[in-house]
Amino acid sequence: MTATTGDLDIGASRGRLDKTLEFARRNPTVVIGVTILTIMALIAIFAPYIARDPLLLDPVVRLEPPSAANWFGTDHLGRDVYARTVFGTRISLTVGLSVALLSTSIGLVIGLIAGYVRIVDALVMRIMDGLMAIPGILFAIALMALFGSSVQNVIIAITVPEVPRVVRLVRAVVLTIREMPYVEAAVSVGTRLPKILIRHILPNTFAPLMVQATYVCASAVIVEALLSFLGAGTPPEVPSWGNMMAEGRVYFQIKPWLLFFPGLMLAIMVLTVNVLGDGLRDTLDPRIARRMK
Amino acid sequence: MYGYIIRRVLATIPVMVVVGIFVFLLLHLTPGDPAAVIAGDYASPADIARIRAKLGLDLPIYIQFGKWVWALSQGDLGISIFSNLPVAQLIGQRLEPTLMLSLATIIIAIAIAVPLGVIAAWRAGTVVDRFTMLFAVLGFSVPIFVIGYALMYVFAIKLGWFPVQGYVPLAKGFWPFLQSITLPSVALAMLYTALIARITRASVLEVLTEDYIRTARAKGLTSTAVLMRHALKNAAVPIITIIGIGIALLIGGVVVTESVFNIPGLGRLTVDSILRRDYPIIQGIILVFAGVYVIVNLLVDISYTFFDPRIRY
Repeated sequence: MTATTGDLDIGASRGRLDKTLEFARRNPTVVIGVTILTIMALIAIFAPYIARDPLLLDPVVRLEPPSAANWFGTDHLGRDVYARTVFGTRISLTVGLSVALLSTSIGLVIGLIAGYVRIVDALVMRIMDGLMAIPGILFAIALMALFGSSVQNVIIAITVPEVPRVVRLVRAVVLTIREMPYVEAAVSVGTRLPKILIRHILPNTFAPLMVQATYVCASAVIVEALLSFLGAGTPPEVPSWGNMMAEGRVYFQIKPWLLFFPGLMLAIMVLTVNVLGDGLRDTLDPRIARRMK
Repeated sequence: MYGYIIRRVLATIPVMVVVGIFVFLLLHLTPGDPAAVIAGDYASPADIARIRAKLGLDLPIYIQFGKWVWALSQGDLGISIFSNLPVAQLIGQRLEPTLMLSLATIIIAIAIAVPLGVIAAWRAGTVVDRFTMLFAVLGFSVPIFVIGYALMYVFAIKLGWFPVQGYVPLAKGFWPFLQSITLPSVALAMLYTALIARITRASVLEVLTEDYIRTARAKGLTSTAVLMRHALKNAAVPIITIIGIGIALLIGGVVVTESVFNIPGLGRLTVDSILRRDYPIIQGIILVFAGVYVIVNLLVDISYTFFDPRIRY
């Protein structure tokens, strides 16, 4: 009896492993994306153990080129560029993930209500159209000018312009789903509105929202770097990639490594998240995938 | 058809109203006293009172709004706090570099992206197609300032083919102007090209499966004729739509590119105004850029009637 159970267990786990391998073979981009992002997350979490203090000043070794002591060289205040690049991963991941989570949550709530309640819909969508007419970066810059610089404010300033796009997406999904026979059936047997939204409509928004969230995350990482680069982002002492590039640009012609390493990390992170988004889109929504291929 | 155009024009009104209310409220959304925020950390109470009176912040909010809208309708965008010059004049002075940079970028992007997308769709699954898709993902992912500095390092610093930074007005000669604008517009065009190429490919690919394409091929038309006259024209609506929507990305990119290449345009004016907390200028620029976006997309909507006669509802 016990032997049989054991056999069954082995069989089940092998099946799961086979399924995982099969998924990986079919969706290499998702696997590669998740792997690189996991490495980046580990770098961010264990930053204090793999790098020195990113704020430590050492005026003796100002603007040194990459060497054994300072792998990526030092900046104009003698700070270790490697340490600052490693700690920059924290800022970018924090901003990217927070903006993705916040904008999809807020957009989801507004989108569900707008898609289902006719009177609210007209007003909300006019406001969303108006907000979408303001270019995202400009919008964020204006909000930063109001709030003053801090990581928290950067997250808010990038989230607000992203919300209308999520609202549109969710509303579009709701408008198609609400015409489905099973929703009509639920309505006809007297199911209350909150239950219809949560039980029948919400699950259908999950796949497109996941895809949208990855794209929002990628764009948020770029916009954070741009804001910091323009001097309207994270406070100057924070080791973010945008800040590093803003400080390094003065010395760019003679000390290009000041821009090279944060720029490279930024490009890798955004590329990974975008590739993951494409992979998720192909996996979760075969209809779009067919149209794109 | 005229009914359609009139409806599209009328539809822009609520959008601009929302933009206007947002821009007006920008100053009043500030946590605390807007006059104190503008005056900065080292201002005396007298300075703050002076700014409050100058901006009319001591009046009731609906009167402020009424006055602001009335001034706007006369083309008056207010007075800069820092330089005391009219905002409309300051924006006018900075218009040329931004306009030229944007036009050059749009021309480069369309000239590369549309042929690339058509070829990728025509040769779907081949090396050309894979290259295009790789380029599209890269163009989305590598931030403009990274591309900008990379181009600057190779072509201006190492090879010396172009000036490193700065802008030469068109009036000072076409060749120097072209040299000064090449690198910034190429850097800015990457993102826009990626966007347009991707949509062009998808859109042409879909059209190529239609029956009338098979008919065109069957009656012996050359591949070029089929692609240009039948496929591209029918695929035009999504392509033009994305060119219009992409204007928002382009405007955001202009602000960054001008900072990277030290171009004295509207983008630089925006960044400078933020550092000086010069709100009337920020408000004016947002209004102008949002207005441009809305007008471009209105033109896009109207152009649909040319490419697809069915759209005349």
